[in-house]
Amino acid sequence: MSAFPFGSPRYARALQRFSAHLVLLFFAATAMGPLLLVLINSMKTHRQIARNPLSLPTAIEWENFSLAWGYGNFSRGFINSIVLSGTAVLVVLFCASLAGYVLAGRKIRHWRIFTIYFMVAITVPIQLFLFPLYYLFARVLGLLGNVPAVGVVLAALNMPLAVFLMRSFFLAVPEQLEEAARIDGANTWQVLWYVLFPIVRPGMITVAVIVGLHAWNEFLITRTFLGTENITATLGLYSMNGTYVSAMGVMMAGTMILIAPPLAFFVLVQRYFIEGLVSGALKG
Amino acid sequence: MRRWSFQYYLLISPALLLSAMIVLVPGLLTLLVAFTDWNGVSFDLNWVGVANFHKIFDDRIFWNALGNNIRWTLLFLTIPVAIGLLTAMLLLKRRRTKTLYQLIYLGPYVLAPVTNAILWLNIVLNPASGLLRQIRPYIPRDSLLAPLRSPLSPDVALFTVAAVDIWHYWGFLTVVYLAALRQTPQELVEAAMVEGANALQLFRHIYLPTILPTVLLMFVLITIFSFLTFEYVYIMTNGGTGSEMLSTYAYNQAFHKFQYGRAVATGLVMSAFGLLASFFYVWMSRREIRA
Repeated sequence: MSAFPFGSPRYARALQRFSAHLVLLFFAATAMGPLLLVLINSMKTHRQIARNPLSLPTAIEWENFSLAWGYGNFSRGFINSIVLSGTAVLVVLFCASLAGYVLAGRKIRHWRIFTIYFMVAITVPIQLFLFPLYYLFARVLGLLGNVPAVGVVLAALNMPLAVFLMRSFFLAVPEQLEEAARIDGANTWQVLWYVLFPIVRPGMITVAVIVGLHAWNEFLITRTFLGTENITATLGLYSMNGTYVSAMGVMMAGTMILIAPPLAFFVLVQRYFIEGLVSGALKG
Repeated sequence: MRRWSFQYYLLISPALLLSAMIVLVPGLLTLLVAFTDWNGVSFDLNWVGVANFHKIFDDRIFWNALGNNIRWTLLFLTIPVAIGLLTAMLLLKRRRTKTLYQLIYLGPYVLAPVTNAILWLNIVLNPASGLLRQIRPYIPRDSLLAPLRSPLSPDVALFTVAAVDIWHYWGFLTVVYLAALRQTPQELVEAAMVEGANALQLFRHIYLPTILPTVLLMFVLITIFSFLTFEYVYIMTNGGTGSEMLSTYAYNQAFHKFQYGRAVATGLVMSAFGLLASFFYVWMSRREIRA
């Protein structure tokens, strides 16, 4: 810093801060730019968009939104998305908190094998099990298009990561708490329900948020197992793609309908979401 | 302890059973049917040995796909990692705006791949009504940038799709790296500052050693997920125009060409890559599972 050509280190520091902000702002613009483009163009007519997608809307074309809502079959789509994500979250929370408790406390002899199993399963490719599972769903069980059933598949897909997160949250709880409750005569169920679950509740919310967003955004499984009739919100937008090239305003309104809910949800639960992203990734 | 053991197996069984029914058993079935002439419709199987593997290894598109997966991995190991490290280092000193920047950077990450891919296809890359139409006249025909005139043409489609996926992904790395950087002992940083270390030296000698385990873990995860990448490619090009991936190849073989033998064989090849990477992942986490 002493070798800085502008002499005074105060100027140097100010310049450094300024350029740091510039870089950060540049990347913020890159991240948000395309989303803002969708926002402004969802309010314009096709002709206005074709003329210049960067121009600001002069009046809001509300019709874009009502048309998109119908074309994308979003009434059905949003209900299905909620059922799908809700099923996945509930199933994962139930299974993963119990498994996380057992693995964190090393309550069973083979805890190491099961821990490694879940670790490996985090990164298993969907294509390893997709094709026989599809056969089972379509030909044997007749469950194609069944939203709760697909929610259970997504739960199984998210289970390894969720077990892993829950395990790390249980590991952070001091062992003495459980021991004290045991000495007072609590059984395992009471220990879990009255002592441990209340403590790891923030962790459970984190898992719910992560799994909920995964399920909401999932494409490969939902596309394959729900087909074209019983669609989710994302599949509704997918079905519009390529069909409304001459009604770009409607297309942008449909995209906006899909952008708004996850972004709003994310802003509401940011703390839990970021916690979930980070706690799986910090090592050492 | 022994007396309680059964009860704890009961508690872990829902998670295990669900994972076994949906991932493990169908996965083992894939392993089995990859060596048969399974047609995806009925379950009368004939053992055919490694014929399915011969078929995909003789297919030029399979090798193209594998090459594309490797290119994709290299792109993801460099560009988003560099952006993530740079922005995380810069955010480290921003006290008030840190949270806001993280929220903005994660915006694309929380959106569905369908949403992101479709918004890029329609409002940016669409030659009729997208931003591309405005920009195209300014891209000279005979320059290095010429392929940008038609970003989904076979020469460059892979890079365009990767760019969109990277656009959606790098914010995740920023947040993870930032969390790791914040664990650096403050005394070390102050000591280095007193000794007059510049920003680069500070990063190289103080921060990097702290976050190295996280950076390495991300390398492993990026490699794994680069070999599994599916959504953006499938939605934006459906694997056509030179951007086929192993995942789209397997998917299209099964559900569009009804070549289930090739599909399951490709699925197994992908799993072999995945297993190799998970080996590193488990090895890096070995401290956590040591008794």
